[in-house]
Amino acid sequence: MKTHFWNRAALAVFGLSLCLMGSAEAASVIGQPAAWEINLQKPVTDVAQFIYDFHTAVVVVITIISLFVLGLIVWVVMRYNEKANPVPSRTTHHTGLEIAWTVIPILILVGIAIPSFRLLKLQVQIPPHDIVVKVIGKQWYWTYEYPADQGGGFGFDSIMLSDADAAKAGQPRMLAVDNEMVVPAGKVIAMQVVGADVIHSFSVPSLGFRMDAIPGRLNETWFKTDREGIYYGMCSRLCGQNHAYMPIAIRVVSPEKYTAWLAEAKKKFASNDDNMKVAANAAAQ
Amino acid sequence: MYLVFALFAGLIGGALSIAMRLELQEPGLQFFTNPQTYNVFVTGHGLIMVFFVVMPALIGGYGNWFVPIMVGAPDMAFPRMNNISFWLLPAAFALLVISMFVEGAPGSNGFGGGWTVYPPLSTSGHPGPALDFGILSLHIAGASSILGAINFITTILNMRAPGMTLHKMPLFAWSMLVTAFLLLLSLPVLAGAITMLLTDRNFGTTFFDPAGGGDPVLYQHLFWFFGHPEVYIMILPAFGIVSHIVSTFAKKPVFGYLGMAYAMVAIGAVGFVVWAHHMYTAGLSLDTQRYFVFATMVIAVPTGVKIFSWIATMWGGSMRFTSPMIWALGFIFLFTVGGVTGVVLANAGLDRNLHNTYYVVAHFHYVLSLGAVFAIFAAWYYWFPKMSGYLIPEWIGKLHFWIAFIGANVLFFPMHFTGLSGMPRHYVDYPDAFAGWNRISSYGSYIFALGLVVFFYGLWLAFAQKKKAGDNPWGSGATTLEWTLSSPPPYHQFETLPRITGSEH
Repeated sequence: MKTHFWNRAALAVFGLSLCLMGSAEAASVIGQPAAWEINLQKPVTDVAQFIYDFHTAVVVVITIISLFVLGLIVWVVMRYNEKANPVPSRTTHHTGLEIAWTVIPILILVGIAIPSFRLLKLQVQIPPHDIVVKVIGKQWYWTYEYPADQGGGFGFDSIMLSDADAAKAGQPRMLAVDNEMVVPAGKVIAMQVVGADVIHSFSVPSLGFRMDAIPGRLNETWFKTDREGIYYGMCSRLCGQNHAYMPIAIRVVSPEKYTAWLAEAKKKFASNDDNMKVAANAAAQ
Repeated sequence: MYLVFALFAGLIGGALSIAMRLELQEPGLQFFTNPQTYNVFVTGHGLIMVFFVVMPALIGGYGNWFVPIMVGAPDMAFPRMNNISFWLLPAAFALLVISMFVEGAPGSNGFGGGWTVYPPLSTSGHPGPALDFGILSLHIAGASSILGAINFITTILNMRAPGMTLHKMPLFAWSMLVTAFLLLLSLPVLAGAITMLLTDRNFGTTFFDPAGGGDPVLYQHLFWFFGHPEVYIMILPAFGIVSHIVSTFAKKPVFGYLGMAYAMVAIGAVGFVVWAHHMYTAGLSLDTQRYFVFATMVIAVPTGVKIFSWIATMWGGSMRFTSPMIWALGFIFLFTVGGVTGVVLANAGLDRNLHNTYYVVAHFHYVLSLGAVFAIFAAWYYWFPKMSGYLIPEWIGKLHFWIAFIGANVLFFPMHFTGLSGMPRHYVDYPDAFAGWNRISSYGSYIFALGLVVFFYGLWLAFAQKKKAGDNPWGSGATTLEWTLSSPPPYHQFETLPRITGSEH
């Protein structure tokens, strides 16, 4: 896989930044931003890993280009100022040079485009999935629905904990929620994303997806990770007053724990059932 | 007048942004008790800076002053139309300001849905009349720009001095010609989109309402078909200005003149077919996303041609580092930085993790705030002696530059980091992990604001000292026609039309 090449490039060039990040992780919380972070969040899916490695490679390219331009500017400033070069030349054309600075950028862009298209395909083409969760964005919380044919048949709201409650639970402020979306590790999770009132955007950076939740349109995206833990994200489309206060929390657990959770949640959220169907129908209209 | 208006609107737009940075300096709510008010500030900042600062300054201000002079015409083709095009702006601006004080979302004043005004947040999400004022304001500002664009096209195509063919026309006039065409073609689409929004809001139509068979994504397509050319509308005049300043102070003609002119035409043309790169996360099909990735990356090529041609213009030159020149140099480098992060965002795969984060905020502030605004200041120090007849002390321009350069980088560079780390836009408050870089950004904004104090002091000094500028304060490198006139130019310049004979641009 070419990703291994990107991996090595990442390690070689950004070893330092890799060392700096990701030191402030709580026990089971894996997907959340870190203080003074200067890179993407630690990836835990193939897609997120690809994004991470590809981004690192592109950063190397654009850093070289920027430094090259800066170097040229510094050079002309030093060499071709009034004191160093009192008589200006009259050169205004150089065909070879002009062709070069057209063709070389094209080649660089083509080089970027090839892995870019592979990444895009990986993200957009959803592999055969094991679990489907319906995600409904509302002002200002998320609702998750588990279809009946895979042992679910219930839905529940996921609302942000207040600062005091989050502190009590030992979870990060503005990211912790009361009911997390729970899914099993090692399975392909497909998510159908829709908006109930206005457009929201469902996004978890460490899992490598972001999908707008648009009223009247059923968007689909996916992820699969083997690592258990909690992964946080935030609504990424301005949706009104409490846009900043509708975090996304996904808890990835072992398949056994997932089965246990499913049975428990079915009882716990059974009373929600009727409301949810109404909400789902409203959202799908 | 356009410039005075832009300065005034800029102060208001800037004040809104300082309020935002004050709020974001620390986690938690400090100044805004209602998060919706913060959203209103963000929206106001965006709309004011785009429609009432950058566009009036670059197009209305410098364009109307110098395009007719540069092409050797006595004035714009339709001076009265120019007049109405200006006076529509304060009216539009007043409407926008009023909109911030009438009810928008239930229980709060003003429209807080971002400058893109996406439905359904802008329809069912804001039942109050605030956005109706906003839409009317944009209609009027749009009408003003369309009239201005017609004026530019007519002036440039019909009123060039004898002997000045299109291929001998100064690059600033070229940039305004391309800009005017972009305005003429894209603004009616915006007008259409917001009219549909208006009827959705008030007359029961359902263009963007899925309950009636509409689609909110349709609005996004229409908006960005305008919105993407709009960003080139803001930056192309800056390209023209920088070309003149670099050439003047390197005492060399512009390198690769034809390439420069047609690079702008290419940017303008391709700019119309890349709009959906703002919509990668809206659920577009794989092939659609592929096409827009490809088309977007193409734009990097003519942009690269411009950057390298500016450097080649300086190469072998005999440069004098006046204040306009260092602003232009700052522009070239910072625009490059903003450009390469654009290449990152062009990749839909990467945009998946960066869309609507602070990385995007960093990117477009590097090209607009550090690009277009730096060009506005460069042009200010370059043309102020011509426009007023008085000199601004050189140290003012240089001091202002260094404060602004440091401030803007401290302000916007850390936003790349918070964006990569996942901080979404339009957030009044954020998880504690983002606190560090946000505090640095806020400090940067105060430094930048300090630079504006220097700027206004310089303006005051120029009029207090009344040091005469003379016809051409910049020496032998300044070859365009405006420097042959007195400073300030007479009301009816070029009593006898100049004849253009040489091949110099």
